[in-house]
Amino acid sequence: MLRTIDWTIMIVYFAFVLGIGAVLKRYVKTSTDFFLAGRSIPAWVAGLAFLSANLGAQEVIGMGASGAKYGIATSHFYWIGAIPAMVFVGVFMMPFYYGSRARSVPEYLRLRFDEKTRGLNAVSFAVMTLFSSGISMYAMAKLIQILHIFDAPFARLGLPPTWIFHFSLVISALVVLGYILLGGLTSAIYNEVVQFFLIVAGFVPLVWLGLKNVGCWSGIKATLNPSYTHSWLGMQSPHTNRLGVEWFGLTMGLGFVLSFGYWCTDFLVIQRAMAANSMNSARCTPLIAAFPKMLFPFLVILPGLIAIALPTQNLAGLAGTHAAASIEGKGLVPPKMDASGQPLRDQDGAVQLDYDLATPNMLLHYFPTGILGLGLTALLASFMSGMAGNVTAFNTVWTYDIYQSYINKTATDEHYLWMGHMATIFGIAMSVAAAYMATRFNNIMDMLQLIFAFVNAPLFATFLLGMFWKRTTGHGAFTGLLAGTMAAALHQGLTLPQGGLPGVKGGWLAVMHVYPSEMAQNFWTAIYAWTTCFLVTTVVSLLTRPQEEKELVGLVYSLTERPAQQDLRWYQRPAILAIVVLAATLLLNIVFR
Amino acid sequence: MGLDIRLPIGLLFSIFGVLLIAYGALGDSTIYQRSLGVNINLDWGIAMLAFGAIMLALGRRGTKV
Repeated sequence: MLRTIDWTIMIVYFAFVLGIGAVLKRYVKTSTDFFLAGRSIPAWVAGLAFLSANLGAQEVIGMGASGAKYGIATSHFYWIGAIPAMVFVGVFMMPFYYGSRARSVPEYLRLRFDEKTRGLNAVSFAVMTLFSSGISMYAMAKLIQILHIFDAPFARLGLPPTWIFHFSLVISALVVLGYILLGGLTSAIYNEVVQFFLIVAGFVPLVWLGLKNVGCWSGIKATLNPSYTHSWLGMQSPHTNRLGVEWFGLTMGLGFVLSFGYWCTDFLVIQRAMAANSMNSARCTPLIAAFPKMLFPFLVILPGLIAIALPTQNLAGLAGTHAAASIEGKGLVPPKMDASGQPLRDQDGAVQLDYDLATPNMLLHYFPTGILGLGLTALLASFMSGMAGNVTAFNTVWTYDIYQSYINKTATDEHYLWMGHMATIFGIAMSVAAAYMATRFNNIMDMLQLIFAFVNAPLFATFLLGMFWKRTTGHGAFTGLLAGTMAAALHQGLTLPQGGLPGVKGGWLAVMHVYPSEMAQNFWTAIYAWTTCFLVTTVVSLLTRPQEEKELVGLVYSLTERPAQQDLRWYQRPAILAIVVLAATLLLNIVFR
Repeated sequence: MGLDIRLPIGLLFSIFGVLLIAYGALGDSTIYQRSLGVNINLDWGIAMLAFGAIMLALGRRGTKV
């Protein structure tokens, strides 16, 4: 199925990825060069990397899957979720992250609060990034297997097809290891930018062909039920829309707690802005990222919608299908299969669709040899940069916030640079181990992700109070975080999504409330965690001794000078960019309501 | 920092563009049934080459200054 031209494209891309690392190698002399790209990245490069670092498997495949499952309402993850949070972090929070000269998010917590708050955040973050990187690798190797990319060359070489999974894992790990060791964060950022353009180049023609085929947006509207093509229709009750969430849970849970918690506190993305070459570039980084982010639903969600809107056809030759069973799918989305090749059904006897295959099948369906190589390369690139983002964030937090803080405080810069290299190797080795763990123990992975969700949910309350209320104390922040995590666990343990069984889905203590969907349950878990953390932090702060004001200069809003803006052109001013991006997002919400 | 990112991007997209144009122009034209009869390799190859050339030009100008 893949020809020489497809392989050439893929190989040229891999050569470039490593080549960029090799060229950058001579610029990496100090640990700051390696971990922070020497704080020398221009705003637009940092901005695109900020966007791309998050553009891993979850985004490209997951958003296509959600598009096929929930319809255009998936855009809430962008137009209610990401964009407002990205604007907030750029305009209001970046002055403290960048201005404090902290080298990582945990280090900011050390400066603002105390050692224990940093330690908690650093350790939980380090563990989480390794597992996310492993899950990303696992998903990639799985996808390569399903798409039969390496089947032909393996058959020709006489190797067993079961090795394809191992081969995919090892080769991607080696490539990522190679370019990070060579060029550090700069290399990761540059490759993220290349990957951004590659994703656009691979997905624009896909969406164009798909839309041409179904007759544009009006064609999709004519084919599908209105619940697919409206993002706000039926949002007054969780029972009248596809997401199974009502508007309050959506805007507060997703739009406020979860999105702000991710975009404003996750070092994986913040690191890209911290590497920017000036305070203003750092503030503009998330704002510049917000412009393409706003349009990404058309690139990643639309393929899913098109896949489901197409007339069901013979899917033979596409992924995840056996010729006989293809009739049971919908559009290009095949049913999930059990081990015996029969489609899986839910309690009502309806076929369960394998939505994750919506986007890959779109590629296989529309792309002929040649551009197919480009599309698959874009997909692989997105997986790898997701992994690289995690690894670069891990090696920094490990070296600065764990090794330098608790293990070896007085070593030379050379030694920390060496440690960064070691942490990269260790991080990638652990990711591979996590990927294998995901193949064997699916339940453990589900449980870990659940625990991460509990740890992350309250974080934004801590940062919000820390940055905007000078009275917040270290004891307050620490107890608040613990209380918030416990509240999340407690809420999850007492509720269940409809149709779920007590266990990893919740209800492991008792079932006091049943949510109409898992999404609603997640959003409300986040809301409870955030509120608990906010209240506990406030109360404990008021009961403990306030921090000296002179220690907080540059770390808290009321004690920090506003960044100067006089000599900036209008398009360099964060406030103006913020207003433009928010207005455009509002417009998109109205158009697709 | 050292390398202007627009140069490698420009080079990569130019190479991809040339490859796709060559394959679209010279290769088997019966494969375009799946892309609705559009010679997507040729068309998109031209677009990628144009983008690559612009990036190269911008990158070279940026490096000189």
